This record gives sequence, C-alpha cells and structure tokens, in this order.
Amino acid sequence: MIVVEAAGLLTTVQDLGRTGCAHLGVSASGAADALALRIGNRLVGNIDGAPALEMTLTGGTFRFELDAVAVLAGSDFGIEPWKPFEVKAGDRLRLGPSRTGARCYLCVRGGIDAPRVLGSASVHVLTGLGGRPLGRGDALRIGPEPACPPLWTGTPFRPDRLAPLRVTRGPQADWFRRGLDGLTYHVREESDRMGLRLKGPRFVQRGEMLTEGVSLGAIQIPPGGEPLILFVEHQTTGGYPKIANVISADLWKVGQLRPRDPVRFETVTLARARALLVEQEAWLDGLA
Amino acid sequence: MTTLPASDHSLLVRFGDEISPEIHRQVRDFVRAFRASWVRNVHPAYATVLISFDPLRATHAEVEAAARAVAGAAPEAASRLVEIPVQYGGEFGPDLVDVAAINGLTPEHVIEIHTSVEYLVYFLGFSPGFPYLGGMPEQIAAPRLPAPRKQVPAGSIAIGGKQAGIYPVTSPGGWRIIGRTDLELFRADRDPAALLEMGDRVRFVRRGA
Repeated sequence: MIVVEAAGLLTTVQDLGRTGCAHLGVSASGAADALALRIGNRLVGNIDGAPALEMTLTGGTFRFELDAVAVLAGSDFGIEPWKPFEVKAGDRLRLGPSRTGARCYLCVRGGIDAPRVLGSASVHVLTGLGGRPLGRGDALRIGPEPACPPLWTGTPFRPDRLAPLRVTRGPQADWFRRGLDGLTYHVREESDRMGLRLKGPRFVQRGEMLTEGVSLGAIQIPPGGEPLILFVEHQTTGGYPKIANVISADLWKVGQLRPRDPVRFETVTLARARALLVEQEAWLDGLA
Repeated sequence: MTTLPASDHSLLVRFGDEISPEIHRQVRDFVRAFRASWVRNVHPAYATVLISFDPLRATHAEVEAAARAVAGAAPEAASRLVEIPVQYGGEFGPDLVDVAAINGLTPEHVIEIHTSVEYLVYFLGFSPGFPYLGGMPEQIAAPRLPAPRKQVPAGSIAIGGKQAGIYPVTSPGGWRIIGRTDLELFRADRDPAALLEMGDRVRFVRRGA
C-alpha cells in the first residue's frame, strides 16, 4: 500500500479519462496534463493510461509500505521530474510547493489500483464521480507488474509551458470582430479543472445561441466578455459562443497554467494543428 | 444537415437552429445510429450533435463522411413514458412561491400546470444525467436566479427560463427549484447509469407530503 500522510492542496487519482459518456452528461475528466501522465507511465514501463496521482500546486507526503519504482512527471514539486527511482518499503516521498507549473504526477510502476467507474479511475472532483480527492490516511494499492522494463535513463523533456497556446477557430469565431491573437491574459484565481477563467481584454458578446455540445479546450465568451477555457471537467453542453479551441498538442499546457500566469494565443489552421500533434506523438514514441 | 469543425478533435453536426420535436427526432436517430471506433464522445443537444474523435485516427473529412452515411438512415424507435413523483414546495421546493408570484399565480396553480403536460427529454447535458425537458407551459416560466446556489440537492425539480429540468446529482445550479423527487436519476454503478434518455417522455406526478 501507499499511505497518504499529507494530501497536498488537491491530489486525485487520474488516468486518461472517461470517454463515451458525454451523451449521459458525463465529461471525460482525466489528467489535466495528459502528456505528462503518459510520459511518466512510459518511464516506469506502464501503459499510457495507468492511473496515477495528480497533485496540484503543492504536493503531498506518501509512505510506501512496499518496494516500488516511481517517477514524478510534469512540474517540479521538489523532486526532479522525469527520472525514475526505486522506493524501499518504509520510505517516505515528500513533495512540496511547485517550482514551475500547476501539476505533477506520481506514477508508480504497476499503476494505482483504483476502482473503475464507467470505465475510468479518474476522479471528477466537481460531481464526485469516480471518488473524492485524497485525504490523510487514505491507502492506495499498486497494480500488477507490467511487462515492459522501466526507462532508467529518464528524458530531457523541458517544454515551455508559457509558450503561446495554439488555437483553431471556434464554431462561433465569426461572431467576433477579432480573434485572440496579440492579446495577453492572465489566469484568474477562480480557475479549476472545470475551466480556466482569464483576466484581460473583453469581447462584446452579441446574440443568443442554442445550447450545443462543447469540446475539451473550447474557449467560450460568457456575457462578461472575458474568455473561459473549458477544461477536463467541463460541462458536456453549453450555451455561450466559442471563439477558439486549444489544439490537442497544447492541451497539456493548459493543465500546467497557474493562477496569475500570462496567457497568449496563436491561431493555426486545422492542418497545422494535426501536424503538431503527429510530431508530438512521434516524439513520444521515440521515448519507448 | 451541415457540419463545421469545432476544434482539431471535433466536428459539429447541425440539423437545424431551433428547438422542435422534429429536429430532436433527427438528432436522436443520428445518435442511436452513429458508431465508429475513433469516436471519443458524442454530445447531443437541441439541434446539434458534437462528435469528438481521436484526431490521430480520423480526419474531419472522414468523420463528416461517416456522419452523412448515417443521417436519416436510422429506424425510429419507440419512446418511453416515465413518471416522476414529486413533493412540491416547502423545504423541497424553496422557489415555488417565487415562481408563482412571478407569474401572478398561486403555488397550487403552478403545481397543477407543472403536472398537466408531458415533457420531452431533448438531451442529457450540463451534469451527469441532467435532462433538458421541453414542453413546459410558458405560464410557469421563470428567469434563473440572479446568483446560482452553491449546492442544489439531488432530485431537485427545476425551472430555468422556459426550460424544465431535474438536478440528478447535488451540484451548483441557478435554476429555480419547485420540488424534489426521490428517484435516483443518476447512479454510476447502475446500468444504464442515467434513469432517463433522450427521447423519453416525462410526466410529473404530485406526491403527498
């Protein structure tokens, strides 16, 4: 077992999310930085979607009651990320406040053995679907040993989480006189896994639209005029116009944005968005 | 039917631009028939279906071709009538009195009108199992609350403008609450998890205190 001695600010079990349930009103949830989760899992020999612990802004303290292999993935919460290490029974792993972005994953070889709800172990914090955030005293089991060996060499992954967010035009982009390019925003404190509220230039929102399905990474303009990025726990449908959508290859950056971080945008074509994703996947496959 | 890329991993399929049972039927038939291995999620709404897909396994053109192939091809399915027992007013419906006052009615009238018609489940959205219900008489329409409640109890029977709904799980919410049902609208460990599905008809039945 892994025993939670201190949970940190918000620590939850996450995998790659709960797909196939949007028609029930259930959004995918899943890791806010799915790229970090996938790299972390590959580094310890797991499949991409093995459940891990997602820590937010400040990490927790975990006591291992058995030998394990683990890695931190994502932002630096006090232990160097992307370098797998051995843990001995009785060891404590103590993480602290982030030195870089918003989220860090503790991936354990074998994955966290958590119950699947509607096909996923991901906690949907807002509705409690899949479980609750971890608290002191919670104990977690580790799953069976995977066939692949760990990648002891680690990876020199050092991307720029504050580089402009690449976006494609949203379904209501032509409702607005201009796009997001060239504007600078800052992440508001009241942002969470459901959405990131941005502070900065306001758009004039005109017209009424019929509620329709919304995509992960959609950038909505609510009546107040400041953009809102819909994130992993977003509502499945919404009635506000969407000016743009973060491209798949950059969704991880949204998961690493912290309150007060600057946010800038760069509009790209769908073809460019696809090319960037293919490039990212090829890089990931080069790891293992 | 028209389509529009909504992002690099989704396509919006549009059947119209109004709320009507006819357009709803097209949406529902489409959702029942549309299947593909690269689909991540299907989000039906009043007049649209958003298809979210794996962009490494399909292009927008392929998704559009698959959508056109099924549109109009599905046989119409029968719809169920589901009765929802409701305790109106008091602690279960804190906004019943306001909804009555807004419309110049007595609370008793609001209940009579609310239970007098059959509603259509247009789609589930917003939160797990939340039904968007059409068909509510406009005499009991009421604007959303100026500020949403932080916690609306599960089973709350709600009015938001001209729409009716039921909060399946305890969640924040800005619609006006006129009663509560003890039916469980959403349970992840039940199959199906959601009590209602799109296309169902709903009738509210008053339950004595």
